[in-house]
Amino acid sequence: MKNFSSSGTTRGRNHFVKALSQRRRHPLAAFALLLMALLVTGGIYAAASTANEAQAQTTTFTANDVEEGSKLFSANCASCHGMGATGSDAAPSLVGVGAASVDFQVGTGRMPLQMNGPQAQAKPVQFTEEQIRQMAAYVASLGAGPSIPSEEILDASEGDSSNGGELFRVNCAMCHNAAAAGGALTRGKFAPSIDGTSEKHIYEAMVTGPQNMPVFSDANISPEDKQDIIAFLKTIEEQGSPGGAELGSLGPVSEGLFIWVAGLGVVIAFTVWLTSRSS
Amino acid sequence: MSSSTTTQTYVPKTRVGKVTDYVDSRVGGSGIVKEFGRKIFPDHWTFMFGEVALYTFVILLITGTFLTFFYDPSMAETHYNGSYLPLRGVEMSVAYASSLDISFDVRGGLFMRQLHHWAALLFAASVAVHMLRVFFTGAFRRPREFNWVVGCVLVILSLAAGFTGYSLPDDLLSGNGLRIIDGVMKAIPVVGTYLSFFLFGGEFPGTMIIGRLYVLHILLIPAVILLMIGIHLFMVVLHKHSQFPGPGRTNTNVVGYPVGPVYAAKAGGFFFIVFGILAAIAAAFTINPIWNYGPYDPSPVSAGTQPDWYIGWVDGALRLMPGTLGDNFDFEFMIPFPWGVNALSLNVLVPALVPAAIVFTLMFAWPWIEAWVTKDKREHHLLDRPRNAPARTGVGVAGIVFYCVLWAAASSDLIATHFLVSLNDVTYWLRALVFIGPVLAFMVTRRIALALQRKDREIALHGRETGRIVRLPHGEFIEVHEPVDDYKRYKLVSFDSPEVMVPKPDENGKISLLDKVHGRASRFFFEDRVAPVTPKELEASHNDHHGEIAGAKDRESIASH
Repeated sequence: MKNFSSSGTTRGRNHFVKALSQRRRHPLAAFALLLMALLVTGGIYAAASTANEAQAQTTTFTANDVEEGSKLFSANCASCHGMGATGSDAAPSLVGVGAASVDFQVGTGRMPLQMNGPQAQAKPVQFTEEQIRQMAAYVASLGAGPSIPSEEILDASEGDSSNGGELFRVNCAMCHNAAAAGGALTRGKFAPSIDGTSEKHIYEAMVTGPQNMPVFSDANISPEDKQDIIAFLKTIEEQGSPGGAELGSLGPVSEGLFIWVAGLGVVIAFTVWLTSRSS
Repeated sequence: MSSSTTTQTYVPKTRVGKVTDYVDSRVGGSGIVKEFGRKIFPDHWTFMFGEVALYTFVILLITGTFLTFFYDPSMAETHYNGSYLPLRGVEMSVAYASSLDISFDVRGGLFMRQLHHWAALLFAASVAVHMLRVFFTGAFRRPREFNWVVGCVLVILSLAAGFTGYSLPDDLLSGNGLRIIDGVMKAIPVVGTYLSFFLFGGEFPGTMIIGRLYVLHILLIPAVILLMIGIHLFMVVLHKHSQFPGPGRTNTNVVGYPVGPVYAAKAGGFFFIVFGILAAIAAAFTINPIWNYGPYDPSPVSAGTQPDWYIGWVDGALRLMPGTLGDNFDFEFMIPFPWGVNALSLNVLVPALVPAAIVFTLMFAWPWIEAWVTKDKREHHLLDRPRNAPARTGVGVAGIVFYCVLWAAASSDLIATHFLVSLNDVTYWLRALVFIGPVLAFMVTRRIALALQRKDREIALHGRETGRIVRLPHGEFIEVHEPVDDYKRYKLVSFDSPEVMVPKPDENGKISLLDKVHGRASRFFFEDRVAPVTPKELEASHNDHHGEIAGAKDRESIASH
């Protein structure tokens, strides 16, 4: 107690703490606390999302792009996504998904959807670069969302592949496999192999979270870290397998299968040969 | 006495003779060569898997020694500074860094690592195949029961050797495997956490485990394996090698070639063949690319995480076990003890221990189980063809199916992605198959074996169907059968076929429970038996159906019908 009496400011704070502690069981205290918490969380979230949008606005489209994109959309996408891309029973609304989403889904051939199933499968791309850009422009005009990443951020040679490797193992490898060879999810869904995927599409997948993939926003993994991940993926893609044929990079299952079929098969062929001229 | 006098009086004439005599008169090698060099071994390709296991073990010792020169089993933290760019600067254990150095900075290191690992996979596979050969041919019967048990111990030791070695690089993949071991240990009630803390030297993963596994892997387990191999081979020499039945091959002899010079040369050559095959594989195919997995870190688990194939079945059992049954039953029980409540997590303990317990108990006990059913106390040096022991063959195939279903379950995610099916459906199917599969496999295999026996009987009695239809002068059509030669027929008719033993009542007219159980077991083993052809039957078939079994050379006899 004698510590508190030593200065006036301490006493003043002491009074405030005392007042607060006396009112802590006030009926409105919980409400006030909740309000405060909501304000803080909301504030941080708002700040973070504006940061995302600021990062995302890198491409600009002309009014003509939007106009042409609108026509393409009505002809090819609206039957499921609805006129004005507001969604229907068959497909979600595309308002606010951003240009990056369109560029990824159409640019990898996943859209237009070939058939209903656990998830959209990649197939040969159905539109030209120009058409994809126009549809992206149209969807981007409907509401703010992640845009197509700039060339600089996609330059893998600028990234740090060992940092990217660490981020990949912590954030991505549980679905995509440590060597990015892909893996199974529940009920027929799967994380595809990333081998051969372009830098742009990898980046767009991270910011838009296609299919079952979560969104890795810029607040979660910064654009520089995304660049590092791309650098890691491109490094392991280009270096090939240092130890010889990689058997699908699937780990011990393909190795076990190989030794039983090929290894033991050859050994058996030799045992038969060695005993073929016996009594 | 006389032999020692001749040794003393022998005076070598050449220089080589003098040197060898000098050594021999002090070591006495000629006696061993005389005895062992004349030992006869039979020849059959299925007898060579034990040899493959032995050779792969030698390769493991050679390559393993090389690896110990460069490997450092320390869990101290370091920052990698070697040649592999995507890991440069990453924080990792010294053990993982030295494994990467072996792979990228030691000349020939990656080849030796891959050779060691491929040899380990082939070692376990050849041990398994060798064991299956011994099982299906009945080579475990008296007097070889104890050697079968030594073999079972060797199987367990090779699993232990494999698992401890797999964990040494301290990469993410093997670390996840260790985490499962830790989890299984902790699921054991009361003592589980103590066991885990004892093994890991504190909370998982700690800083001790790699060093401890290293000592087990390079010292204790190989030493015990070597000891067991010594006992195993000594007993093979002592018992003589078993052989398949055939003309001139009886229970009291061994037909084949002597060790010196035939088998010494063949076996020596075969060692280099196995070495060559493994070296070719190690040079061309990568195994356990630890640089892909990254250093161990308890937080991430990557997709496609499986143990090596020989541990895979236990992982598969863990994957198949449902976490809960329905909405409420979660296989977890709280047991009140005087010192507090301990949890019993059956959803971990059942899959981790029960399949292994079933397989290993049956494996170790099988020679005595079968001897009890057959009441056969004779020595057996002649092997069974698998079809001639339908129940045993059925049980063996059921075991293989059980094992393979669990093994498949360990790769359920890869089955799902590669065959484009739902992971959940794969799991449901395998859950059903793990119970139904072995039963179906037993029934189907037994029926196939019996059918093959009937076919053998047909061939022994009536010869081989030639597919040639001949019309006799009176209009009848017959198919020409070609009789098999005596050597072939001998193989078809000379086998044991025990009959079902019906329990007999004692003097009070009662059948004891044990006898009833034995009667059931005997029926399970031998009902529907196909009796081997007797000389009488053979004689009768020759006389009665001469036309049917006549060959192409007997056209006149057909015509005279």
